[in-house]
Amino acid sequence: MAMKVPLDITKEERRLGALAPKIRMIAGIIGLLGLAGGIAVSFAGPEGGRGFFFSYLLNTTYFLTLSIGALFFVILHHLVRAGWSVVVRRIAEAMAGNLWILGIAFLPLLLFGLEEVYVWAQPGAAEHDHLIQHKQAWLNQPFFIGRVVFYFVVWILLSRYFLSLSTRQDASGDPMLTVRMERFSGFAMVAFALSVSLAGFDLLMSLDPHWYSTMFGVYVFSGSTLGFLAFLPLVVMYLQSRGLLRNAITREHYHDIGKLVFAFTVFWAYIAYSQYMLIWYANIPEETIWLLRRQTNGWQRIGLVLLLGHFIVPFLVLLPRFMKRRKGLLALPAVWILIMHWFDLYWVIMPEMSAEGVPFGLRDVLLFVGIGGIYVAGLAHRLRDRALVPERDPRLTESLIMESV
Amino acid sequence: MSAKDETMIRDGDDRRLYGLAVEFDSVNALLQACASVRDAGFKKWDAYTPFPVHGLNDAMGIKHSRLPILVLMAGATGAGLGLLMQWWMNAVDYKFIISGKPFFGLPATIPITFELTILLAATSAFLGMLAFNSLPMYHHPIFASRLHKRATSDRFVICIEAEDPRFDDRKTEEFLAALGGTEIERVWRERR
Repeated sequence: MAMKVPLDITKEERRLGALAPKIRMIAGIIGLLGLAGGIAVSFAGPEGGRGFFFSYLLNTTYFLTLSIGALFFVILHHLVRAGWSVVVRRIAEAMAGNLWILGIAFLPLLLFGLEEVYVWAQPGAAEHDHLIQHKQAWLNQPFFIGRVVFYFVVWILLSRYFLSLSTRQDASGDPMLTVRMERFSGFAMVAFALSVSLAGFDLLMSLDPHWYSTMFGVYVFSGSTLGFLAFLPLVVMYLQSRGLLRNAITREHYHDIGKLVFAFTVFWAYIAYSQYMLIWYANIPEETIWLLRRQTNGWQRIGLVLLLGHFIVPFLVLLPRFMKRRKGLLALPAVWILIMHWFDLYWVIMPEMSAEGVPFGLRDVLLFVGIGGIYVAGLAHRLRDRALVPERDPRLTESLIMESV
Repeated sequence: MSAKDETMIRDGDDRRLYGLAVEFDSVNALLQACASVRDAGFKKWDAYTPFPVHGLNDAMGIKHSRLPILVLMAGATGAGLGLLMQWWMNAVDYKFIISGKPFFGLPATIPITFELTILLAATSAFLGMLAFNSLPMYHHPIFASRLHKRATSDRFVICIEAEDPRFDDRKTEEFLAALGGTEIERVWRERR
């Protein structure tokens, strides 16, 4: 028994190699088939283009939130000079690197779908609606499209900055690159926080242009980070099942990721409840109508599923230490939370399409598979010629010998 | 303990032996020695280091703390008490209509339930930690050790207590000598 020496990762496989094009191909084909099926089912269904664009917004936003959470993780890592998370940072960087794909995915919605989805974007919407008239300076098509493009430009630039500098360090080993990323991370975090909050207001909150909640941006952020943190261990488990990074990522790292999943489960519940309670107590019609719509016509069931499944169940399941440490066990709450995160966005978005009932159907599943497939393909593409860990990060050793107490 | 052993751990001045301390000059040597002491089955012993040493818990065979169970129970008690208190106050003892809300509306009770959960969980974690560590402790017999003084700067010390059931004055000393430490010291309890 000696002091823990850094595990030798030079001897183990740290690159996807031939696996990358294979995953890209399979996931890409599944994705395209899913998309095609989703489009076909949507336009054949009774809700037509409206149904398609709502479901498309839901599923694109779902994968957008995962990448946003990843971007937050990368910026936070540098901001606090984290040591433990070096070994999983490259995966987060690659997930954030998918933001440009999601930017492209939002284009059809911006170009053809705004009037289907956003009430305020319909011609003449402001004529008989005083509140929409009042908000027109912010909620008008050109400004809205410009803002959404701007958010994506900010996110894509941030994600590219961190991914490219980190990859450059793999080659040069220059520790000054870490210092540069750390110096930039403060500014990056401010830009991130503002853009994510405003994007939450624009993309999701403005679905009901009467309604407003000042903490809605934080609500979106909490779900995003939770979604990413639940996705991360699943990626690691997949890689390790393929014989990759078996030495580099240990149960200590799973434990720390699990603790963060737990923390953000509680954070999400805290934010969701705070938003609910203030509206419930103040009882102002403009605000309560949003919740009323989600508490009638079957939507209350989704709400209860969220209360139980998005908070109480994962809270209790993630509480014991062994759930986070024992091999593979974290996969159960991780998959569960990813499903719940989808229902969370479903509960936010879909009642605006169909207040009369829950319109869940094949369309939503197919579009999820479609965008998810393309998302995974993009991830494999991003990792095709990069190491899966930042190989020459100055704090890599610290991360390798990390012990989670 | 036989009469013969009794004399061996008491010297002429009527000082009682606290334990045998052994000094090491590196973390690796300490961890190896700890693993040997653990495997030899000693229960009442401790390692003293100038800084937190990773892997020491494993090497010493220290089991995970039971504190989380206490904290969980205290937190659940806090949640239960919080709900009960508010139900009794608002729906039983002093009914009062506030902005048309039900007397006992669950959303309104969550903040205080939450706060009481945290209050009881946090205080039980703090007090439980103190209790499980036998703190506060104003004096520890190891303070009398000469070797221990350097365990606060650049040496690592293991001390096996005489009260350990497996402790045997001579055999334990031989055992410690075989561990490869730099020095062995007999640590005496200070006279009352």
